[in-house]
Amino acid sequence: MPSDEERGAAPAREAKTPPQNEASTREGNTAMEQSRELTPPPLPPRPLHNLMNDPSASPASLRLSTRSSRPRLLSQATTALSLADAHPPSRSESIGASDTPSSRPVSRKQSPSRTVGSNDPGDQDDSASLKSYAPTRDPRFDGESIIGDISKYVPSPAWKALSSQVERDDPLEQLDPKTDYYSLQIEHEFDEIPPIDADGSNEEALLELWKTKLKHFFILSASGKPIYSRHGDDQLISNYIGIAQTLISFYQGAGDQLKGFTAGDTRFVMLSKGPLNLVAVSRLGESDVQLRTQLESLYMQILSTLTLPSMEKMFSNRPSTDLRRPLAGTDVLLDGLADGFTRGSPSTLLSALECLRLRKTHRQAINDTLLKVRLPGLLYGLIVAAGRLVSVVRPKKHSLHPGDLHLIFNMLFEAGSVKAGGGENWIPLCLPGFNNTGYLYMYVSFFSTLENSVPGSERPSSSGKDDELAIVLISANREGFFELQKMRNDLVAQLEKNGSMAVIKAAIRKGHASCSDIVPNTALRHFLYKSRGNVQFTMPSFEPYYHGLVARRRLMTLYATLHDSIHSRTAHLKVQHCVAHDAVALAWETPLFELYCVAGPQASREALTEGANRVVRWIRREEERVFIIGGAVF
Amino acid sequence: MAARMQQGSRPGGARFAQFKLVLLGESAVGKSSLVLRFVKDQFDDYRESTIGAAFLTQTIALDDQTTVKFEIWDTAGQERYKSLAPMYYRNANCAVVVYDITQAASLDKAKAWVKELQRQANENIIIALAGNKADLVAEQPDKRAVTTADAEAYAREANLLFFETSAKTAENVKELFTAMAKKLPIEQASQRGMRSAAGRPGGVDLGLRQEPGQQTSGPGGCQC
Repeated sequence: MPSDEERGAAPAREAKTPPQNEASTREGNTAMEQSRELTPPPLPPRPLHNLMNDPSASPASLRLSTRSSRPRLLSQATTALSLADAHPPSRSESIGASDTPSSRPVSRKQSPSRTVGSNDPGDQDDSASLKSYAPTRDPRFDGESIIGDISKYVPSPAWKALSSQVERDDPLEQLDPKTDYYSLQIEHEFDEIPPIDADGSNEEALLELWKTKLKHFFILSASGKPIYSRHGDDQLISNYIGIAQTLISFYQGAGDQLKGFTAGDTRFVMLSKGPLNLVAVSRLGESDVQLRTQLESLYMQILSTLTLPSMEKMFSNRPSTDLRRPLAGTDVLLDGLADGFTRGSPSTLLSALECLRLRKTHRQAINDTLLKVRLPGLLYGLIVAAGRLVSVVRPKKHSLHPGDLHLIFNMLFEAGSVKAGGGENWIPLCLPGFNNTGYLYMYVSFFSTLENSVPGSERPSSSGKDDELAIVLISANREGFFELQKMRNDLVAQLEKNGSMAVIKAAIRKGHASCSDIVPNTALRHFLYKSRGNVQFTMPSFEPYYHGLVARRRLMTLYATLHDSIHSRTAHLKVQHCVAHDAVALAWETPLFELYCVAGPQASREALTEGANRVVRWIRREEERVFIIGGAVF
Repeated sequence: MAARMQQGSRPGGARFAQFKLVLLGESAVGKSSLVLRFVKDQFDDYRESTIGAAFLTQTIALDDQTTVKFEIWDTAGQERYKSLAPMYYRNANCAVVVYDITQAASLDKAKAWVKELQRQANENIIIALAGNKADLVAEQPDKRAVTTADAEAYAREANLLFFETSAKTAENVKELFTAMAKKLPIEQASQRGMRSAAGRPGGVDLGLRQEPGQQTSGPGGCQC
């Protein structure tokens, strides 16, 4: 771990910020050496992003800039860093279409007009796509007209015939062992591979077991040293690491980076990051962009442990450095991320965070409390409940990067050690989205909300143990533990006193509302709604339709396909309607939001569209409950 | 960071003292497991590595009259956290240096920690050496890599308390912490506590050395 001095003087720095920012960062670090006890350490300035400069967002940004209630949406957003985050970086590539048996879109090349219900099937291209630009809260586009008027849509005979063939009511629950091999295999995906016997007699069998895994992640150094593998120990996988290294270096030698290839039904995606090569191997039908996002996240985790300059220093001093040693003990964090990707995480898919739904006045009370008890050493403060954000307190100039928050949530809720300790924790970590050159210090304290928990209430994350509340306070002062501990004690006392603690606990116990609670009598079974400006998403409970790992993974595969279909470079769709044998689904993108909804196989297009419109209206009504808009800013 | 040696004389002569304790040692020797056993009387077979450091407290009664509260810093053993260790032991009153009796190299690491503590930490620091995972050896005696006699001889030479412990079976865990409490200068802490009431001695608060600016916010030691 580099000292502050090293951090200030670190010459190598990823050129993410413009030069003038870089200079000021360095100045700031020097200033810190002199007076770190008087002033909070300098924060690297954020690159400025102008909504208006992003061509893809023009219709929305025009409206946004005229809205008085949220005039500078991005600067107020809780987790938005930049427009680059608001728009997942996925328009760049579309290799490796992710069609799976469960969720094949009808046709990727279908024109937008045909995917939208319309009263005039012959001539509505323009109107449909125009209407789909309507932002959520523009009153002019109220009601059913948001997607298009589908009330006069008459199903074609072929549609009826197809629909009637689909008899299974819960197809995601009932699996055909032939076509759903992968879905079933996922039950064993997370089983440990035992070590090789001393005499090597079980190596063959273990390799077979290893090959049944649907998804692998490898990280190796540029010189080919293994750093991380999700499955199998070094001995077992060394040959495969060698092959990966050979392939990667062959193309690197030719000055032509290998980005990905397909072998049978398996997609391989490579990502080179300075001295590291990361490889994802997936049979789950994710797109290259999605896999690359996952690799980026693993890379961020490594930076979070080491910081970029210190990792680069290790490799420049000794290119054959074995990074396993400095990373020792962080396998659980990488495994947590990797398994989250394998199970399918809406948060990663959408590059957004989920918040705990609270009344606006309740959230305001919590924000006010946070501001009231804030001490000068605090950089960021978070209250996190069951993997969902309750509230955040942050400096005006610095929002939190969703990728950084994901790393923190992963550490708190997927890796067990912080929670299991039962004490308070003081964790040095680098938040690479914030500043990949130095460490921050994170105070974490968990509370159990179990005392009155309702049996059978849903636990949103897969780990099943996270009905807990965490207070996370981040400082740049490595000696700040007792200051933040005091702040935490004050915060808890105040929250108890003003009743907010009870409100939070009640909201946690309530879990996610079911889809039918949100939009009664709907055909919809599940949806994901991402608010792009807030970089947050909301969703209903997976129950009762998507119970268990398999059903959930299939739902996420469907979402991944929908996501890819509207984000791939060749797709200029705003609305995508998919029909598969087990579900019908809709993806709908506007500059303000992305909405993905899924209904049962027999649901009509009208019902789906109506459901989507009602979800959008519900969000409009509930926006300040389901999203944190701004947060507590100081 | 604060270390406190607070002491209040209660009516009837009851004594209460508070000490700062730090656990050090190679990764995976069982530091967190010892703490978990001591603080919560629990054991976890599959415990993940500690990330950073954990702060816990536990109070024990030495006798009817005397209560000792430990403020415990359970540090992570990985090499990359080494530069942070001084922050935790700087003003510790006592330290438990842990090794794994089935891993000879972990004793070498423990000796290095003892050396560092004796050179850099509080000069009156009380150090205990704990050879953990005694349960493994009880099951399979050939797993032992460090003999009790060798470790004991080293401990005597370096003036350390010594126990072979098992966080799993709780063997010697309570005994270890109790022995430390008994060696701690409770009477002295009382006098110091009274002195500090009139103006805390500067050495007590870790934060003061690094952050003179914080002094304005009062004697920072008592923030918890």
